[in-house]
Amino acid sequence: MRSIGKTHKSIRGFLWILPSFLGVVVFYLLPYADVVRRSFLGAVDNRFVGLENYKTVIGNTAFLLAVKNTLLFTLICIPVLILLALLCAVVLYKSKYGGIIKSAFLMPMALPAVSVALVWRVLFHSQGLLNHWLLGIGIAGSDWMNTKNAFWILLVSYIWKNLGYDIVLWMAGLAGISTNIYEAARVDGAGERQCFFYITLPNLKSSFFTITVLSFLNSFKVFREAYLVAGDYPHESIYMMQHLFNNWFRAFSFDKMAAAAVMESGVLLVLILLLQKAWDSKEE
Amino acid sequence: MKTKIRLIRGKIGGRRMQRRINSKGILGKAGHLVVWAFFILLAAIVLYPIIFLISGSLMGNDELSNYLGAVFLGKEGYADFPFLPMFPTLRHYVEICLDSPEFFVMFWNSVKITFGVLIGQFVVGTMAAWGFAKYDFLWKKGFFVLYMILMLLPFQVLMLSDYLVLDLFHLTDNLWGIILPGVFSTFPVFIMYRFFVEIPESLLESARLDGAKEWQLFRSLALPVGSSGITACMVLGFLEYWSLIEQPLIFLKEKSLFPLSIFLPDITNVGRSGMAFAASVITFLPALLVFLGGQDYLEQGIMAGAVKE
Repeated sequence: MRSIGKTHKSIRGFLWILPSFLGVVVFYLLPYADVVRRSFLGAVDNRFVGLENYKTVIGNTAFLLAVKNTLLFTLICIPVLILLALLCAVVLYKSKYGGIIKSAFLMPMALPAVSVALVWRVLFHSQGLLNHWLLGIGIAGSDWMNTKNAFWILLVSYIWKNLGYDIVLWMAGLAGISTNIYEAARVDGAGERQCFFYITLPNLKSSFFTITVLSFLNSFKVFREAYLVAGDYPHESIYMMQHLFNNWFRAFSFDKMAAAAVMESGVLLVLILLLQKAWDSKEE
Repeated sequence: MKTKIRLIRGKIGGRRMQRRINSKGILGKAGHLVVWAFFILLAAIVLYPIIFLISGSLMGNDELSNYLGAVFLGKEGYADFPFLPMFPTLRHYVEICLDSPEFFVMFWNSVKITFGVLIGQFVVGTMAAWGFAKYDFLWKKGFFVLYMILMLLPFQVLMLSDYLVLDLFHLTDNLWGIILPGVFSTFPVFIMYRFFVEIPESLLESARLDGAKEWQLFRSLALPVGSSGITACMVLGFLEYWSLIEQPLIFLKEKSLFPLSIFLPDITNVGRSGMAFAASVITFLPALLVFLGGQDYLEQGIMAGAVKE
């Protein structure tokens, strides 16, 4: 009797998910299964080719370049953003005008990529505004988007767009720390520096994991600006996975695309599961 | 007497605040000023592109080609840009609103895509989030992990097969082909889940004892109590879908279906650079309004991703 009631309840619960899940199956899971299938098939005749596509992709120079750039970008941009946001959050958290400045930092989130692209073109052109300003203080400029500097411009764009987002996340973490701990530490004679390193930082550990994941998620979106400013074939320092996929798609190289997609999702899956594990172990 | 005490308290409070700010060490008043100068400078840099766009959209074509000719027209020298236009004009806005039917079409496409996705998420996403938050079912944890993984999967991984699926349903070159995958995005489910989980179980139980049906619980309990979470989701969703690039770029060939977010007029042409600015500002305005109206919700939505169960 009990088990029937339980089954009934479990079906009822699943009904809430059902509409969403059907859509997920049609628009996400089936396509993914199809990507996996395609990664083992030839592009033209759909013949089974085993791991041939994977071998081609791994030997492909464009693929290696895109992987290198995407990895380098992620490895630099995420730590820089997270640290800078932490610094800002700690200072802004307790201050009177923190709210206004936080709003200013959040504003770029609302600026559509097209509008950003227009500004970037004027700023970073070889005869653009940035070079003009630099000339004013006696520094030689550069053709920013067509040299290696493009990478750093993209990095700055990412930080510019996401700083507010991460500050809000850190502030939420800071708000979760009870003030009693600080009071107690001060009574025991702890200074500001000690409070920060022995109370604030350890207590922010759990926020740290989520902020990393969300910053990672947002790092894919920097492609929007990169694409609108530099098009399909930007300077090779900012040729990302997204550019590669777009170009392969246009060239009908579906075999290579599928193999690369499976590899990318595999790497992401491992990363996500590792982070999840770290998350769960922190929760106990 | 009381005011005096309050004054003293205020002073102590102020001191403490100052001490927190100087967490790097004993910087004193000068250090305090330096920190704030740094922040104001940083905020100015962050806001500069917005001021730039608005100012440019109000300049006449002559003024623009004067300042930006070096970039767009291949003139000698460098681009220059004042904070405010010398001769402000609304000509470009008038031009866009009266003489550019294609701009209107794109604006409506953006509206259709954004609201189509948001309405769909509101129906499908809230239900799923509610199910995950308050019901038990087989493999619930597995489903939830699956949703989280899908939320983190970049668009490019599924782009090819998404295209084939849409083709199967004859949805390529159709706005529905952009809207439907957005509706079933798992990110809003995750964010709303965080808000629904907070609703105390006892509230549900007492409503059930009063004879409320499950559907009624959802309608008259989940939706109103979780409304801030839903709004937060809608604000995040608006900013995301209003600025969509990859999907329309891949799934739409027909120019009359393009949304504003991939519209960038040919600014190398003298007569068009002013319009590019005005179009950028007009694209930005709805997002700005949503941002200003929903900033509190936006922050709650962002934070919902960080707060643990």
